[in-house]
Amino acid sequence: MADKTKKPKKSATADVKSDVALPKLGFRGMLRWAWRQLTSMRTALFLLLLLAVAAVPGSLFPQRPTSAAAVTKYISDHPGTGPVLDWFKLFDVFSSPWFSAIYLLLFISLIGCVIPRAIAHYKAIKSKPPRTPRRLSRLPQYGTLEIPAEQGVTPAQAIKDAAAALKARGYRVDIRDVDGDRPSVGAERGFLKEVGNLIFHTALIGVLVSIAIGGLFGYTGQRILVEGDTFVNTLVGYDSFSPGTNFSSTQLSPYSITLDKFTVKFDRESKAHYGQPLDFNAQLTTKDSPTDPAKTQTLKVNDPVSIGGTNVYLVGNGYAPVVTVKDGTGKVAFQGPVVAVPSDGAYTSLLVIKVPDAKPSQLGFVGFFLPTALQDDKGVAYASDPDPFNPQLDLNSYYGDLGLDGGAPKNVYTLDTSKLTPLNNRDLKAGGIVLAPGGSYTLPDGKGSISFDGIKRYVGLDIHHDPGQASALIFGVAALLGLVGSLFLSRRRAWVRTGVHPDGRTMVEYGLLARGEDYRLAQESTNIRKLLAKTWALPGESVAKRGAKAQDKDQPATTATKDQ
Amino acid sequence: MPDTNQTLAEYSVLFVLLAGIVYVVAFVAFAWDLIQNSRTTATVQAASTAAAQQRVAVGAAGASDVVYAAGYDPEDRAERPSTAHIAAAGTADDEMKYSGVRRQAARVAVVLTGLAAALHVCAVVMRGLAAGRVPWGNMYEFCTTGGAVVAVVFLIVLTRRDLRFLGTFVIGLVLVMITAASVAFWTPAGHLVPALQSYWLIIHVSIAVMSASLFTLTFAMSVLQLLQSRRERILAAGTKDSLPFMRMMPSALSLENLAYRINAIGFVGWTLTLMFGSIWAEKAWGRFWGWDTKEVWTFVIWVVYAGYLHARATRGWTGTRAAWLSIVGYLCVVFNFTIVNIYFSGLHSYAGVGS
Ligand code: HEM
Repeated sequence: MADKTKKPKKSATADVKSDVALPKLGFRGMLRWAWRQLTSMRTALFLLLLLAVAAVPGSLFPQRPTSAAAVTKYISDHPGTGPVLDWFKLFDVFSSPWFSAIYLLLFISLIGCVIPRAIAHYKAIKSKPPRTPRRLSRLPQYGTLEIPAEQGVTPAQAIKDAAAALKARGYRVDIRDVDGDRPSVGAERGFLKEVGNLIFHTALIGVLVSIAIGGLFGYTGQRILVEGDTFVNTLVGYDSFSPGTNFSSTQLSPYSITLDKFTVKFDRESKAHYGQPLDFNAQLTTKDSPTDPAKTQTLKVNDPVSIGGTNVYLVGNGYAPVVTVKDGTGKVAFQGPVVAVPSDGAYTSLLVIKVPDAKPSQLGFVGFFLPTALQDDKGVAYASDPDPFNPQLDLNSYYGDLGLDGGAPKNVYTLDTSKLTPLNNRDLKAGGIVLAPGGSYTLPDGKGSISFDGIKRYVGLDIHHDPGQASALIFGVAALLGLVGSLFLSRRRAWVRTGVHPDGRTMVEYGLLARGEDYRLAQESTNIRKLLAKTWALPGESVAKRGAKAQDKDQPATTATKDQ
Repeated sequence: MPDTNQTLAEYSVLFVLLAGIVYVVAFVAFAWDLIQNSRTTATVQAASTAAAQQRVAVGAAGASDVVYAAGYDPEDRAERPSTAHIAAAGTADDEMKYSGVRRQAARVAVVLTGLAAALHVCAVVMRGLAAGRVPWGNMYEFCTTGGAVVAVVFLIVLTRRDLRFLGTFVIGLVLVMITAASVAFWTPAGHLVPALQSYWLIIHVSIAVMSASLFTLTFAMSVLQLLQSRRERILAAGTKDSLPFMRMMPSALSLENLAYRINAIGFVGWTLTLMFGSIWAEKAWGRFWGWDTKEVWTFVIWVVYAGYLHARATRGWTGTRAAWLSIVGYLCVVFNFTIVNIYFSGLHSYAGVGS
């Protein structure tokens, strides 16, 4: 920062260095030079623009944290470029070393910039308004007033009056030479502008730190909950869980959530949007701990439930057909709801049933659940509506080793059929399994039977704990307020000087100078003029006349200020 | 949830069409004004040029002395080259206040713009009433509502400053927006998917659209600023004026200054957009920032305009370079509202299923 003021200093140090020319100092000098480079306004600008550019690939390529599957697919689709892009961390842009380096440098630069500025500004607030320029008439805003001799206001009195008036207007004032020929007052206001700027930049650091705290101590987890089921907030209760770096499982508060009922409303009025979802509504029974009383709560999209220091979000939903599978021995080998994953707006839902307990051989089913099944011309069933008007299960079945006994965890939503023997599908004589609620089907070769007992719905819950969230919000608001102050307040300096005309009138001249961008300086000048005129009860007519004259004079000077 | 009123929705479409027709006429009137004005101003050019240069010279000398005499410490302010303003009668002056000169075509154009904007606002309101919600839930509505906001913001700024020279540009842009809406993004009125059913939609999106319309104005100014400063350089070198129609535009410096003021407001608006967006994201998706495509671009835009504000305070980066940043920022805004909405998948895809 401060290219202009630092410049002379820089050349001064350079001179000293060439005089002394010690290698030891050379290294420290180098460091100081590097630090000054890093904290210069130009570097800040460069790093800001670099940050903007560096963020762009994060939108062009799929990112692991949000869409890991898309990344895997991208890499397998582009075997040539994929791994190279991966090496450059283009699928993890926002946690990549280069992105981190840019924003860390930016924030180091920011700290290096804010601290000296804060000190300088503190001194500026403590010090007196700057000395009165010799020729006020050269200031961008300038005007004169005269107090008739009859009023008997001495220059000293006039300057005290002017100081009081400026003070009332929020200026800090300093009177000089009260008893001299030409007493003057220096005034300054608008220190909050720089304060706002400092708050803004400091708060940005606060936001970053809050986000970091969230990443260290927070956690997120997912859980699929079928109607009637209960989630207990323990590690085993989650389907997937990603803790922050410093997370410990003792942080989990022992609450529980039961999904009593889940209702969905689809648009039935509009032709264009027929079947589009309108409302998702989950009725929950929650307990803060096993001993606490139960409460009923409603969970909706955009409207999370807060419980035990976490927020619970509704992020997905679907159907869970209830099935019973009997094995070859006639025993019930599986019974319960099976979560089916919707793949389109009509809830064409994929489902997999694994029955490792079936005897003599394990059984597996893969297929679709269709809430409202229709048949196309080729006789293939498809879902035509998201509501369960004509529910149907379409399954293929397999038997053999499901491969669940080897330790590696398997995705419950996929079935590796490569080692299994098909029992039912469209190409076999037995055909596929088609079931309506209440229906049942006997598998070929005495392998057992499957029945479709009913339908439940399920919800996908996201559970988040982010301890940095509140402070991020507080710093965000502070940044905003600081920004507004910094951009829209103005730092101004004003001077008034008085003197006696030989004929006894007291002459008053005033001038204003803005620091930085200030397009309302002329307005301020007019206001001060009015204020002074009122102080000495000067007739309005003369104010108007002089005002117009001052305005004429102001014109070129205003243009010139902008040139600074 | 109230029914969708299809009759009203059809009237809305009709009003968009009517507004479009009136905009076209206003556009022609603004263009006519540009041509006419450039001709009349050519005649008074010579005299005022001399006067203006003299004026600036006096002012500049006065100020630079005072600056140091007063102990003014220009700290973070960059040193600005003083640009000779080639003023001419009938043009917007440095402050862009209205001069006394009557510009018949421009007046007609403003009145027509007012009429078109009124029709346009009616169309937007009808659309909202027809759907029983705020009219910004899909691309069609972003474009029609956004266009109306641009027109209204332009008219509001016109009451305070003479920016009629921007007319062709702004109206042209509004026409592009409503054409794109009607041709490429047409969507019948309907309800919102659950992901968009939130009062944050009203707050977040309306502020985003308003900031974007401010950025639209500054984009236009920055483009003109670049043209003007090129022309000023050419004129200063004593070469023949290559862009005579620019004669009626304010000086590059005053374009830059006004653009800066408006960009400052736009930046605060965009900061709010970003903050409200993250609060909404927290409510809807459980995290306030997740680098979703739309979030990435909102961030990029914010950083570019922060860079612009910095540039205005960095030596060697004011003037032309700052103008380029303002332009790049706006291109990012356009990209965010169009390409990102249409082609990039992400949580913000508005047509999707709510699961
Ligand atoms: C995290 C990165 C940064 C962002 C997002 C940022 C943003 C901004 C914005 C929006 C402004 C204009 C509003 C205002 O005046 O308060 C500004 C002004 C300023 N920034 Fe930064 N800044 C960043 C880093 C820095 C750094 C590293 C420095 C120091 C080298 C710096 C120095 C300044 C100064 C001196 C001003 C005042 C300019 C003026 O007088 O108009 N900023 N910054």
